[in-house]
Amino acid sequence: MSESTLHLTADVLVIGGGPAGCWAALAARRAGASVVLAEKGYVGTSGATPPANTTLFYTVPGDRLQNDGMVDHRVAPAKGFIVRDFVRRVYDETTVNTELMTRWGYPWPRNETGKTFRGNLRGPDYMIFLRKRLLAEGVRILDHSPALELLTADGVAAGAAGITRRTGDRWEVRAGAVVVATGGCAFRSGVVGTHNLTGDGYLLAAEAGARFSGMEFSGQWALAPAEGGLTKGIIYFSGSFSDADGTPIPHPGVPDALAAGRSVHAVLDRADPYLEDGYRKGQPNIFVYFHRLGGNPFTDRYPVRLLYEGTVRAAGGLDVDERCATSVPGLYAVGDATTREKLTGAAMSGGGPAVAWCIASGTWAGQAATAFARQFAAGTAGLAGRPVHAIGGAGLRPAANPDPERTAEAVTRAVQQEILPLDRNYRRTGAGIAAALERLDGLWEAARDGLAPPAGATPRDIVRAREAAALVATARWILASAGQRTETRGLHRRADFPGLDPAQHHHLLSGGLDRVWVRRADPHEEAVAA
Amino acid sequence: MIELILSERCIACGTCAKVCPDDVLRTDAAGEPVIAHKEDCQTCYLCELFCPVDALYVSPRTAPDPTVDAAALIAAGLVGSYRRELGWARGRPGGTETDLSYRMHEAFTEPFGEIWKRSGI
Repeated sequence: MSESTLHLTADVLVIGGGPAGCWAALAARRAGASVVLAEKGYVGTSGATPPANTTLFYTVPGDRLQNDGMVDHRVAPAKGFIVRDFVRRVYDETTVNTELMTRWGYPWPRNETGKTFRGNLRGPDYMIFLRKRLLAEGVRILDHSPALELLTADGVAAGAAGITRRTGDRWEVRAGAVVVATGGCAFRSGVVGTHNLTGDGYLLAAEAGARFSGMEFSGQWALAPAEGGLTKGIIYFSGSFSDADGTPIPHPGVPDALAAGRSVHAVLDRADPYLEDGYRKGQPNIFVYFHRLGGNPFTDRYPVRLLYEGTVRAAGGLDVDERCATSVPGLYAVGDATTREKLTGAAMSGGGPAVAWCIASGTWAGQAATAFARQFAAGTAGLAGRPVHAIGGAGLRPAANPDPERTAEAVTRAVQQEILPLDRNYRRTGAGIAAALERLDGLWEAARDGLAPPAGATPRDIVRAREAAALVATARWILASAGQRTETRGLHRRADFPGLDPAQHHHLLSGGLDRVWVRRADPHEEAVAA
Repeated sequence: MIELILSERCIACGTCAKVCPDDVLRTDAAGEPVIAHKEDCQTCYLCELFCPVDALYVSPRTAPDPTVDAAALIAAGLVGSYRRELGWARGRPGGTETDLSYRMHEAFTEPFGEIWKRSGI
């Protein structure tokens, strides 16, 4: 396989082409920046959005009842941390950008009153629409081009380097600012849309010194039909559950029943024909499973399972300020890659709030990154001449001799065995967390020292090794944070501390690679306590 | 998982391999798609959606599906069924304007259903 390196310069480099990355690229371009967007897969199909239909929260201008209702809806389940003014700004920014979509020709559906309804975005339609807009605005898209590591100049993010998966060619983008838009991490659990979401952006940001918040709020599991991977939850508002014998199980009891090894069946028996039509014509992806394998979910019971969605639909992620800057100069983060605690607290961030957050955070980060990049006024010639260092470590540059037994597949499986088993992870114990962390610390050292693509590695091998290192690192931030929160709150559940402790309404920041650290931080002064 | 490439329908346009978000589909020397890494398929149906001639079939099962029978699936109208349900045609988007999702949002328990009824713009 021939190998050459594509060298590019841009004011702003965006890593990841899901909705948040696309909005960041659009905002930066519209603010006058030159923009490269590098995506591991294909912009338009990659990430959690394209296979799904996503709810979108937004404010209707001038309707205070609607605005307050939208903002307050998630306050109770949040169990703290929500900042109402911040949520309001996110939804207001979303409305402004949906107006842009209207101007660009988005074919909104209409409700019974004939007004446009913007509360659902069909994934593939929305993402291809954004892809076309990126191209129209002059964003340079690199498809199938995973970023492997950051470039830094004196501690400032200065670009990234990666590989082109289909050819093996390398790429290097020197940039004035970098936006991480790599989504959350679901540990290859099998959830549709999450196969590419392996924490890559967390790892490359952490190597530059970025920190995380709320990684313990990541116990997000969702229902899928027993043999499928699509975890759309909205239909279960019209569902009933029962065990193998038909004994009813209340909805909140379903996860514990599955964790205890009971079989659970669902049926969508609480939808009238008008609503059934809404589901079928609004969310056709849900019904492909039944259409092709048989059975009518509105009348026939079907077995379900829980799949881990991790930080994709949860709360934890990179800690960012109000302009989406991380703690590393020149490095911004958006969408599911960031913490969403101010938006949805300790609870699930999907769908509507997180989808709005992708739009708002992308917009704010694109603008802020453009402003940051202006200091390199010499333009792209100045950027190209800046001395930079490639800072990637584990999975990319082994610290000792490569260990042929330490394959990406073996490392990935070992991480999954710690994070994915429902019985040990839906409700965790301090002892279980400590034991898992000890094993993962050993796995990290072994991976750091010996995990490397094999001789004659394909581009896929190279990417898989780096992904495996990212999975180990992510699992450690999650479990180290979970060990420090001795209560149950939102998506953090402790079997040994089943109640919420009002004294623990604080954030847990985390970070570090060889030595993982966790420390407390006060919530925003406007945060609503649980 | 991706199960079928119907070579008698395939026009070797390369779109499915281009849009696959992972390394599942590649094109061979003749430009025809081959399943290169089935184990990486995430059952997203997007290759099907973008195929202009309904030449692919993805089983809803996330593990290999031993029951797949091309002739039976074609006879049952299941090849290309997802893109028809969405309203896509020839690999191009369509149907968003007929999305009835507002009905499920408006059906939420009070007061949120009422909030969604006020959310038209």
